[in-house]
Amino acid sequence: MNFDQARFSRDDEYEPLLSEKDSTTVEVDSEGVLPDDLTRDELTLPALSEPQLARHYTRLSQMNYSVELGPYPLGSCTMKYNPSFTEDVAADPNAGVHPDRSDRTIQGTLGLLHGLQEYLADIGGMDAVTLQPPAGAAGEFTGILVAKAYHESRGDDRSEIIIPSSAHGTNFASAAMAGYDVVELPSDDDGRVDMEALDAAVSEETAALMLTNPNTLGLFERDIVDIAELVHDAGGLLYYDGANLNALLGRARPGDMGFDIMHYNVHKTFATPHGGGGPGAGPVGVVEELAEFLPSPMVRETAAGYEQYEPESSIGKVHGFAGNWLVLVKAYAYIARLGDAGLADASAKAVLNANYLASQLDLDVPYGPFHHEFAATSGDRDAADVAKRMLDYGVHPPTTKWPELVSQAMLTEPTEVEDKASLDDLAHAFNAAYADSDEALETAPSKTSARRIDQVSAARNPRLSWRALGDDE
Amino acid sequence: MTAGNGRRVGSPYAPHTDADEEAMLDAVGVDSAEDLFDIPGEVRFDGEFGVDSADEQELRNAMADLLSRNEELTEFLGRGHHAHYVPALVDDLSRRSEFLTSYTQYQPEIAQGFLQVLFEYQSMLVELTGLPVANCSMYDAATALAEAALLANRLRRGASGHRVLVPEHLHEGRLGVLENYLDGAEMEIGEYPMDDGAVDVETLADLVDDETVMVYAETPTVRGVIEERLADISDLAHDNDALFCIGSDLVALALLEEPASVGADVVVGEAGALGLGTAYGMGLGIFATREEYLRQVPGRLVGVSEDSADMRAFTLTLQTREQHIRKERATSNICTNQAWVALRTAMHMAWLGPDRLVDLATQAVTDARDLAARLDELSGVKAPLYDRHHFREFVVRTDQPAPAITNDLAGRGFAVHALDDHHLQVCITDANADAADGLVAAFEEVI
Repeated sequence: MNFDQARFSRDDEYEPLLSEKDSTTVEVDSEGVLPDDLTRDELTLPALSEPQLARHYTRLSQMNYSVELGPYPLGSCTMKYNPSFTEDVAADPNAGVHPDRSDRTIQGTLGLLHGLQEYLADIGGMDAVTLQPPAGAAGEFTGILVAKAYHESRGDDRSEIIIPSSAHGTNFASAAMAGYDVVELPSDDDGRVDMEALDAAVSEETAALMLTNPNTLGLFERDIVDIAELVHDAGGLLYYDGANLNALLGRARPGDMGFDIMHYNVHKTFATPHGGGGPGAGPVGVVEELAEFLPSPMVRETAAGYEQYEPESSIGKVHGFAGNWLVLVKAYAYIARLGDAGLADASAKAVLNANYLASQLDLDVPYGPFHHEFAATSGDRDAADVAKRMLDYGVHPPTTKWPELVSQAMLTEPTEVEDKASLDDLAHAFNAAYADSDEALETAPSKTSARRIDQVSAARNPRLSWRALGDDE
Repeated sequence: MTAGNGRRVGSPYAPHTDADEEAMLDAVGVDSAEDLFDIPGEVRFDGEFGVDSADEQELRNAMADLLSRNEELTEFLGRGHHAHYVPALVDDLSRRSEFLTSYTQYQPEIAQGFLQVLFEYQSMLVELTGLPVANCSMYDAATALAEAALLANRLRRGASGHRVLVPEHLHEGRLGVLENYLDGAEMEIGEYPMDDGAVDVETLADLVDDETVMVYAETPTVRGVIEERLADISDLAHDNDALFCIGSDLVALALLEEPASVGADVVVGEAGALGLGTAYGMGLGIFATREEYLRQVPGRLVGVSEDSADMRAFTLTLQTREQHIRKERATSNICTNQAWVALRTAMHMAWLGPDRLVDLATQAVTDARDLAARLDELSGVKAPLYDRHHFREFVVRTDQPAPAITNDLAGRGFAVHALDDHHLQVCITDANADAADGLVAAFEEVI
């Protein structure tokens, strides 16, 4: 595959900033509107014509990679194709209502939310689902608050959350935000939960164990039934991180494995666009016993139609309103489009793709068998350098140097949307980059809009706005 | 079973042909993809959810039908969540797939476009707030406020207490989120009273003490009142070594006093009013602060650097604050954020430019004033309730029961919020201004 990213440049900069194209200071004249002392004196912002803006943003778009340009095999991120039609559904003028509307006047919105609550509950094997958390990490935080409320309702004061060392960083941060101490759990030699270490870690202080299954190495935690029993026997709850749910659709459900709480990353599993970093949505599912603690509002169906209600012992709010509605519409549309058969097939193809790609690599791929992702290692070569070189072969590289369990890890998740030819291209990019000279690696990339960027100096001398740039030059 | 195009029936977005699949299975050394699922039998799910796959056209129609069950009402609703007219350019260019379907910019060389947009977004926030550091998004105003309180608490660890003071007129959603975020940090919330819709500064003075880590005030408030004594509130906070946090929105900031000039340490608020629309409460939280608090900022920051060709380039920076590196010691758990909404907001701001943005803000004051005056002329109606300057929205007192009025207005095609038995709230922006005559006429009929 040949690939050269667009590059627009002038002098010593790429596409100029809006402020460099035209920055205008206007005096704010509030006479007859507000007293002078309540208003600012002036405002400086770019003032460009619409054609100039159209050109600016189009140029910038061409200096950006996306899943519609090629494979995006970031491990644990599930960068699958985002269907076009879900955008149209979300853009339906009837979808854009204000959150203060009365239930009676927004039966369409509430009906869709109710339907999505049901879909997700069925897919996860959960009894109740809230759609309010606006991202996966917000879902984790919500789930942990629910666990906390549950323990407190029983007069049970527990202080610890157990998290495997290989877990997503958000798990740790979310547990800490909820006020818990984190107990980090090492992995055993085959990359899974070390049962002896878990046995030693679990105690009457354990509020919950947060687990990703399959884990971040793409390995299914085969001891899950024993793990659940161990945690439950100690009075703790089992939390499922849904980041890797794409590997299990229709074949295993967190609820059936003994998980009490889970979050869903709809921007991963259910193909809503990542939007350059968000918005996502992180619905949370729970078993019956925990349903009364979910955030308010929830949606239920009554004889008179759909209505919002506050669960009996609700933890309250985790978003100012109902969460990232437009994302939820897209997730609903995706699930309804694929149905049981499509979702199960997506998982089958995602798992097949990961294993096929792993089989085509010259790099060592420890552990296995894999579900939808695997951690290859670049051995004595720097994984970040290999990744930069892969850019020159026309693909986005995998997640690098994580999880730490594998040295120089290249965590790779091709998803189900790559065909064999595309996977062969990916394998070629891996293998060629891995085999390239030190010089080729260190000077890469050369076909992207920008060359290798100095991230150290960016952090050492933070310049975070065009004002800061002005000070500097 | 195969479809006509040689692809298996299943996910419409899995491109495998039968031949490809056979070759891949051979390479892996299994007979079927099912053999790759390493799931113990006892937790294996072999059931069905009962959802049939749907044809795209059929599903689009079905979802349009479902959403059309929403009544078509012209909304005069706000309470801190606003809609302005979104230019077509924003819809058109933000949906370019290079923006929409990209990921977080962990490989900056191939993500310069989005990084520059976010840098420009941060920069425009800096212009509007006067504060030198803005992050590139929080989920919404509520979570941004909560993160501000946590930041204040981290900075004021030595304080004898951990209290945040907020106005009694605080949107219930913001209060609810704040309570949940502060619980884990063992912080508490104190409410201070309002006087005729604005901060009762004298009573607040009695409440601020050395247990206070942050004082929060909004302008405009959830009831649309423009706060007149921000500098006094700032002094109260700073005299007690507390941080002063202002909640606002980008349109209001274009006209009202610059937060930095009245002593704000942090500015939070809702930005989705530019670029997003009502979206059933979906939003974009802004977060700006002083340089000295840079390393305590939650969320992502885009900074400037150079590439190996000595050209200016952008990158995510100061990531050691973030959860993927710092784990439980991170400044926040926020990871996936609202980047694409920030992109839309930046486009909308740039499209308006400074003149039209200030005009839009000025119009938010005059339109609210005019509409209130027209309603005030009706018998049994007082508008606005507070003798203050208003921005976009205001409270109306009605002799007739307010819930009945909103009900009757809905029957005439208008959505207005009932605050309680005899108070309504009405919000006007450029998105609904052309329906103001209709609203006034409908009001006259129903009271």
